[in-house]
Amino acid sequence: MSEENSKVSRRSFLRHAGVAGAGVAALPLISNAQNAPPISESEKPYVPDGAQDVRLNINGKNYDLKIEPRVTLLDCLRENLNLTGTKKGCDHGQCGACTIHVNGKRVNSCLSLAIAHQGDAITTIEGLGTTQKPHPMQKAFMEHDAYQCGYCTSGQIMSATALLKEPCGKAAGDVREAMSGNICRCGAYKNILEAIQDVRGV
Amino acid sequence: MQSFGYKKAGSLDEAARTGADGIKFLGGGTTLIDLMKLEVERPKALVDITALPLAAIEKQKDGGVKIGATVRNSDLAHNDYIKKNYAVLSQALLAGASAQLRNKATTAGNLLQRTRCTYFRDPSRACNKRVPKSGCGAIGGHNRNLAILGTSNDCIATNPSDMNVAMMALGARVHVLGEKGERFINIDEFYLLPGNTPEKETVLQPGDLITAVSLPALPAGTVTSYLKLRDRASYEFALASSAVVASIQGGKLTRLRFAMGGIGTKPWRNPEAEKVLLNGGTIQDAVAFFLKDAKPQSENGFKVELAKRCLTHSLKNALKA
Ligand SMILES: Cc1cc2nc3c(=O)[nH]c(=O)nc-3n(C[C@H](O)[C@H](O)[C@H](O)COP(=O)(O)OP(=O)(O)OC[C@H]3O[C@@H](n4cnc5c(N)ncnc54)[C@H](O)[C@@H]3O)c2cc1C
Ligand code: SF4
Ligand code: FES
Ligand code: FES
Repeated sequence: MSEENSKVSRRSFLRHAGVAGAGVAALPLISNAQNAPPISESEKPYVPDGAQDVRLNINGKNYDLKIEPRVTLLDCLRENLNLTGTKKGCDHGQCGACTIHVNGKRVNSCLSLAIAHQGDAITTIEGLGTTQKPHPMQKAFMEHDAYQCGYCTSGQIMSATALLKEPCGKAAGDVREAMSGNICRCGAYKNILEAIQDVRGV
Repeated sequence: MQSFGYKKAGSLDEAARTGADGIKFLGGGTTLIDLMKLEVERPKALVDITALPLAAIEKQKDGGVKIGATVRNSDLAHNDYIKKNYAVLSQALLAGASAQLRNKATTAGNLLQRTRCTYFRDPSRACNKRVPKSGCGAIGGHNRNLAILGTSNDCIATNPSDMNVAMMALGARVHVLGEKGERFINIDEFYLLPGNTPEKETVLQPGDLITAVSLPALPAGTVTSYLKLRDRASYEFALASSAVVASIQGGKLTRLRFAMGGIGTKPWRNPEAEKVLLNGGTIQDAVAFFLKDAKPQSENGFKVELAKRCLTHSLKNALKA
């Protein structure tokens, strides 16, 4: 973070995304150029309002937001939209806790920018099923006790439901390989595997 | 993450024109966003290229294939034509990262993924690649995962990609749109050795946009394979890997290319080692030649033997020797 905003906590910073690093405004592709006159190189340092209007479609519903490009889809879901079912484990693509579906495919939301996903159909664990009518995979996870602390579970379930539509062999080893991007600190792997194979009818 | 501008490019022309020093193209973001969070990468702006018409896998008239820059690694790995004709590429892709990451990662992004050297990823440590002339924490430090071939006194970082090893063995060509129009770069000339400028990893110039990667047609009777050795069975970078593309016609080896990953500062190929076999030499001699300049660091001496076994195994399988 730059000097200007280093005193602001990250969370409040994202909420009031009004400050930003220097040097961006001189580029023609910056969207906030509409509200601000063009700034010449010599007028730097400049603190532009980097926020842009962003419309996201999540679980079939449209959300209109004003956010900075640097807001990840994961932070946007959790911090801006209060969709906290999606979890943050590592924030670096290494654990799978943040797995969601974009246009039906599973991806790590921590390495996605919210602003890059306008026009995409985003599905989170909240959109998969309800308490009354859970997705078969959610039911199977409960029946097979496929968790302990539950922190990785929404990511596991989002991965597992995406897997149903992917080319994946029948063997346990194939499922383990396909699920290797989801780490479970509690080691519930055996029951997770059973839940998935149950839903697949294997 | 520092603040930056963002724009989704609407046309190839627009993307190529906005490309410049300090501006990065955004593919899947699995390298770039990761490193921006660590403040290792600090672009002023991102030009998102994922809406450009660069996501096709096109079979060429001569039997080769042209792979668009934004084709996702998962789509490429599961493509029927690729699986049938370039199995080594599919295998290498599926051996890398996780299903989620492969759904995001793009062909061009994978070509340009950066090293996993822990000092490079930590701005509080000395690293010549991140900050030129600042020193190298890995030499004499933690270097178990780093390179034994192509190293210099300034950098010993490994190119971590699996896909690139297959691309090297297949003899890929990189299509680039730059200031002066389109040009093609042979993958053999694409990556640079670290030397005393480890910050420069490829021959690309600031603003160059990769539009595609093309693969030549392979003659009938070509076998290809990828073998990856790592600390765990899945979701881990290679300690050593090998890609072999061998054509055998009438019982005779007519064409051979092989490359290794996990051990070189770039995806490693040595045409002279291939010639050993093409000229009737033994696998043992070819492997020894390939690794003759290996220079182990304080923690990665085991890689010399591991690489030897990895390549020997791959060549034996391909040549049924
Ligand atoms: C946890 C984890 C595990 C991983 N494991 C493996 C593994 O085992 N094996 C493996 O091979 N890889 C692995 N990876 C790396 C992964 O394969 C790469 O991050 C990915 O391929 C990068 O592609 P991308 O499209 O996401 O690139 P991006 O992050 O979008 O881009 C990477 C770089 O390329 C530039 N770029 C992108 N497209 C273009 C273009 N068209 N023209 C010019 N420049 C461009 C960007 O500006 C950036 O500098 C792993 C990654 C993570 C996070
Ligand atoms: S090996 Fe290269 S990347 Fe790693 S610390 Fe040294 S200079 Fe940096
Ligand atoms: S939080 Fe995204 S992979 Fe760990
Ligand atoms: S249930 Fe605790 S991390 Fe998986």
